[in-house]
Amino acid sequence: MQQIISLLMENKPGALMRVTGLLSQRGYNIESLTVARTLDPTLSRMTITVDVEPQIRAQVIKQMNKLINVLQATDVTEGPAVNRELVLVRVRTIQQSRTAILKEAEIFQARVVDSTVEGFALEATGDPEKLDEFIDVMSSYGDIEVTRSGIVSMSLDNKKLRLSPPVPRGAAEEVLELQGAD
Amino acid sequence: MSNLLSGAKILLNCLGRENVDCIFGYPGGVTLPLYDALYDHPIRHVLVRHEQNAAFAAQGYARATGKVGVCCATSGPGATNLVTGLVDAMMDSIPIVALTGQVSTKLMGSDAFQEADTFGITRSATKHNFLIKNIADLPQAIHEAFYIAASGRPGPVLVDVTKDVFQGQAHYAPVTEIHLPGYKVYSEGHNGQIRRAAQMIWESERPFVYAGGGIIAANASDALRSFVELLDAPAVCTLMGLGAIPSEHPNFISLPGMHGSYAANMAFSNTDLIIALGVRFDDRVTGRLSSFAPHAKVIHVDIDPAEIGKNRHADLPIVGDVKRVIPKLSSELRDLSPAMKEKNSAARQAWWKQIREWKEEHPLRPEISDSEVKPQHLMAEIDRLSGGRAIVASDVGQHQMWAAQLVRFNEPRLWINSGGLGSMGFGLPAAIGAQFARPDKLVFAVVGDGGFQMSIPELATIANHALPIKIVVMNNGYLGMVRQWQELFYNNRLSEVQLTSFPDAEKLAGAYGFTGRTVTSASEMPQALMAAVAEPGPYLLNVKVSPFENVFPMVPAGGALNEMVLRPPQPVEA
Repeated sequence: MQQIISLLMENKPGALMRVTGLLSQRGYNIESLTVARTLDPTLSRMTITVDVEPQIRAQVIKQMNKLINVLQATDVTEGPAVNRELVLVRVRTIQQSRTAILKEAEIFQARVVDSTVEGFALEATGDPEKLDEFIDVMSSYGDIEVTRSGIVSMSLDNKKLRLSPPVPRGAAEEVLELQGAD
Repeated sequence: MSNLLSGAKILLNCLGRENVDCIFGYPGGVTLPLYDALYDHPIRHVLVRHEQNAAFAAQGYARATGKVGVCCATSGPGATNLVTGLVDAMMDSIPIVALTGQVSTKLMGSDAFQEADTFGITRSATKHNFLIKNIADLPQAIHEAFYIAASGRPGPVLVDVTKDVFQGQAHYAPVTEIHLPGYKVYSEGHNGQIRRAAQMIWESERPFVYAGGGIIAANASDALRSFVELLDAPAVCTLMGLGAIPSEHPNFISLPGMHGSYAANMAFSNTDLIIALGVRFDDRVTGRLSSFAPHAKVIHVDIDPAEIGKNRHADLPIVGDVKRVIPKLSSELRDLSPAMKEKNSAARQAWWKQIREWKEEHPLRPEISDSEVKPQHLMAEIDRLSGGRAIVASDVGQHQMWAAQLVRFNEPRLWINSGGLGSMGFGLPAAIGAQFARPDKLVFAVVGDGGFQMSIPELATIANHALPIKIVVMNNGYLGMVRQWQELFYNNRLSEVQLTSFPDAEKLAGAYGFTGRTVTSASEMPQALMAAVAEPGPYLLNVKVSPFENVFPMVPAGGALNEMVLRPPQPVEA
């Protein structure tokens, strides 16, 4: 079963590599991954979907929490969370099906983002299962091309974020002797 | 205070503020500006002969003192050569900081001369790493690196610095504070859990203390010792924890696990409570996990929350620094009612009696022959000369196991070996680092003929500094541990394990300007070892030992601890 992990991390080069490295090191394939900065531009929020054996899951989350750049890693698979995904679908179709496609799109609350003589480009959001169905339906009208965003998740839990305080380095009254100032 | 300084000088100032007195390194093109700044800087630089040994020497320094060891290498091959030493430090939780040069920012990613993706390559080899492309980030990163390396569960940290940062100029203001909001260090331990642990301990009839490298890392040996004495429980120290309790302490059993003693492994198999302190239930300790300590509940204290429950379920987990948690646990034990303490005293006496019987039944005793030198005999002689006080830096293999079984360590930080990664070639450079850190100590480099030949270049470093290291080569002419497994598990098909053409030790050491000698008989070995120790400078003693000796007891890979093989299979009589 897919595990959904939500991470709050520092927006720094290499931070993404550290998280994905933990998974690739164990040979896990990442099903989807989305990352973007948060309200605080120094931080990013990442959602990863990955298939990890149930008995290893807690260990993987602990290892992620150990990463210096990760402020918090949470398993949101079971917890109260909203999971959404966006899909863009291009469907090539014959003239006679155009109206039917628009009707279907309406049912799925999809929007037309482009329309040509060959067909449509449609945008839909929702939970992944709903999008699977939408894609299924669209493929019945002709050749389709699909780009999915991967899941973005928001936990509805009120988990407190615990951050470490600053650490002093060197004594405050320390008189520093600069070596060979230029 | 602020001053215009080059990046190289800023870096050295930061090292000075971290009380670095010694760097092990090897220069190169990209680190030229750094080495130019080092030229008239008071920090001592030790020129090793291969970057891998810079990392091992930095580890030897760190393991012998607890201070952060520092190594340095240039970009590309210099940095990639450090990698084994970094992974080794990662596995054994040793605090080192590696400084590497990187090609200039504008050349990065262009396959420039001596360019390697050090930041990417060392991601999984370090606790954390930094890539510094901007001189303004340099001081902060250096102080963060030292803090991360030494705090929490220690480990290696690498700082990759581009050449333009070394050469650039900036106003330098000393860093007085660092902030790593996502880096959590758990130290105190949960008081309620500690109280419950004390309760569990007094309720136990057959308590057993399992102490490891975490005790050494936390400098918690004294706390551990008072705890063990208060409880009067038997205790084992893992390969990484030897010396955490003095080997001569009456409560100390031995090393447990694959080559542990009968008593230690039987105790694991029969205890009803494991008190695990700074350990990680490594496969070399537990044997087949599903059969490990089947009757025991587990109290597991570790600073790293990811270790708890990783291999063995902890009935009572405590996340914290053993140095803080153990004294609290001791005081909780003292506070419990006398009735509680008396409750299981009869059962505990029976437990001790049983353990003593196991110890007497199959003690770890050196084999001694009149003619050839038995490797165990060699270790026993090293032990005699050390008296539990010398530093023994070991390589990896059979000699490592015999030394761990038979050499006493009455203080922490005397036994220096590559435990988790098992890196051959570790012993000699680690001895160099240890001797620089502890010039007052007698240092043995106990190595096999295989590992020694991986680190021969460092004989130059030893000669260069006249380090009085006693290099003892346990020479059986084989990659002994691999041969042992081929004998036992691969139908004695000895494939590529014979090491012929070992150099003449006298000539080899002589070529570097110090004394070397080869001994082949049991009668001359003790004298030769004493002469080596008496020599004021370095000494290479090549001891030809019986070639087919194997390490016992042995728990076959995947076997349970109580399925250990105690001695070599005897030929069946017709």
